[in-house]
Amino acid sequence: MPEVNTETVATSPESVAQHLAASRYLADDSLATAIFLAIRLGKPLLLEGAPGVGKTEAAKAIAELLGRDLVRLQCYEGIDAAHALYEWNYQRQLLAIRHAGEHEIDIYDDRFLIARPLLQVLKAPQQRVLLVDEIDRSDHEFEALLLEFLSDFQISIPERGTIRAEAQPIVILTSNRTRELAEALRRRCVYHWIGYPDAEREAAIIMLRAGDVAEGTARAVAAAVQTIRARPLAKPPGIAEAVEWANAATILEKGGSPWPEAFRRAIGVLIKDEEDLSYIAPELGRIVEEALA
Amino acid sequence: MPSAAAPFLGFGRLLRRYGFAIAPEQVSSFMQAVTLLGPLSMADIREAALATLAPPPDRRDEFEAHFQSHFYGNTSAVAERDAEEEIRIKDDGGADDERIEAEQRQEGGELSSALEQLSRRDFLRDNDRLTVFRRQLSSALPARRSFRTVRTPSRGKLDLRRSLREIVSADGDVPSPLLRRRQTVPRKLLILIDVSGSMKLHTSDYLKLAHAAVQGADRAEIFTFGTRLTRITTALRIRDREQALARAAAQVDDWDGGTRMGPTLLAFLSVPRFSAFARGAAIVILSDALERGDHAELETAMRRLSARAFRLSLATPLAGDPRFQPATAALRAILPDLDDLVDGSSVNSLTDFILSLARSAPAAETIWKRVS
Repeated sequence: MPEVNTETVATSPESVAQHLAASRYLADDSLATAIFLAIRLGKPLLLEGAPGVGKTEAAKAIAELLGRDLVRLQCYEGIDAAHALYEWNYQRQLLAIRHAGEHEIDIYDDRFLIARPLLQVLKAPQQRVLLVDEIDRSDHEFEALLLEFLSDFQISIPERGTIRAEAQPIVILTSNRTRELAEALRRRCVYHWIGYPDAEREAAIIMLRAGDVAEGTARAVAAAVQTIRARPLAKPPGIAEAVEWANAATILEKGGSPWPEAFRRAIGVLIKDEEDLSYIAPELGRIVEEALA
Repeated sequence: MPSAAAPFLGFGRLLRRYGFAIAPEQVSSFMQAVTLLGPLSMADIREAALATLAPPPDRRDEFEAHFQSHFYGNTSAVAERDAEEEIRIKDDGGADDERIEAEQRQEGGELSSALEQLSRRDFLRDNDRLTVFRRQLSSALPARRSFRTVRTPSRGKLDLRRSLREIVSADGDVPSPLLRRRQTVPRKLLILIDVSGSMKLHTSDYLKLAHAAVQGADRAEIFTFGTRLTRITTALRIRDREQALARAAAQVDDWDGGTRMGPTLLAFLSVPRFSAFARGAAIVILSDALERGDHAELETAMRRLSARAFRLSLATPLAGDPRFQPATAALRAILPDLDDLVDGSSVNSLTDFILSLARSAPAAETIWKRVS
């Protein structure tokens, strides 16, 4: 992947949006502005929004647009320093102690240090894009642990001292907002709330992402998905599901199913909750027909 | 400071005045962002403000109104903002405990009414029971295995990190290895209290119980519902019961009104932060479940809650009567989703029930089928 100079890509929010579109990610003005500001201010970008609105995809698109490697740290309940920052390779340390015999050895040498995503990013000679995914799943302690990294791009290892970034990484955090994040974390970041796109933008995203979908199909899917999302569902469908639905319906249609029927039969890729399915089923025919009209 | 910077600084100040947590560095980022963007239009300034001042999503409308009033002089926007939503959700947020402590010292022991004096005898008996309940709660709640590990003298995995430290400090000698195993932690306890008119007789007992639960359990959340949904956990964290209840009472706006159990529970589920709390929790709903009219929403809400919860229980005061049967259409519809349908008519029965949550019991449906 050819590395791109951030200054040339991030000259304005518009140029960011254009470059993202070239990486097959359609960002609205607001998101493009937030990304532009995060890059130019050198601050982490915190993206919040419902599941499936494209937060993780945004991070991947940013990495692609800058031609940088993406390092992903998936958060979960109980994640701690050993999983995120670094860990010592204890087995190797023990072996080294045994082999050394009477000789002096440094068991806190680099060869015993296992770099986890955050340390990998700091030690990389080239700038990396770091994705801290679903930060809201981690505990408060972990959030606090991240603060040093996020404000100064450094990590303190007691046995080794402080390690600073060789090239300041671009950091993207995502959250589904299942819990409130600490003010200290929000303060350090450029913030953006990603909502569901409007029908027109969603149709454009479907055209861009799906393999072989006609424009009419994309529009119909986008319109139907908007209506379905307006219902009180347990799991409203995300953008990725809409793309899959368009794809699946197209495949079924090529296999011989007529239009409204193809949509109905492919509904399983859009709605993945049995209860939601039975809720929407009686209305589905009408929703699809209205969308196709 | 250049005079052009004044409106931006002023906006930060204005937001702080309305309770937004805005740090000085956020205001300076805001100004830097505005400089970076040109700005070509007011839209740029708005985008810069949103990105750097980071208003919480549920206060976006309020933020928008302040932006309008500050930069456009459109003050009517602020007034219009308070439009009534279908179900009002009130969250007492993370009020700081320090402030609570301070008030506690100031007000101590002034709240005692004639009504309380009258019911004093019964109150004392309940009091003892609640004290026992509070002490036993944390160890009585159902437990789950945590991802974290604790040191253990036997039956665990080798903790290489700490063992290595021991070896190094003992100059390479191998002392007995240290072991760790996964910790068990009590599950979360979520209590939803119906404060509608039909529950009037019981709400004060329920609130006392909820206070004891918050004081006793590591992670307990309390909500009240009637026509609205209100989170009162923070208020109940005050140790002094009278003060905690007075504060909680002040927060709830829908005392003794009607019940819209289905819609309020759906509103609860629609806030990701709240519904995340329900996941894997022991959920106890204190209500008579007398839903008027259509109960389809209640059914949906209970099904979703039950799918998230470790155990979903409904304690109704009606079950205190031996002739009680889950005969209403709403109760019959939600019975398959309930793990327990128990007597909620007294502090006694409720504390006994909550302390028994860790013990397995046959599903509510099988019990009530056998009875009827």
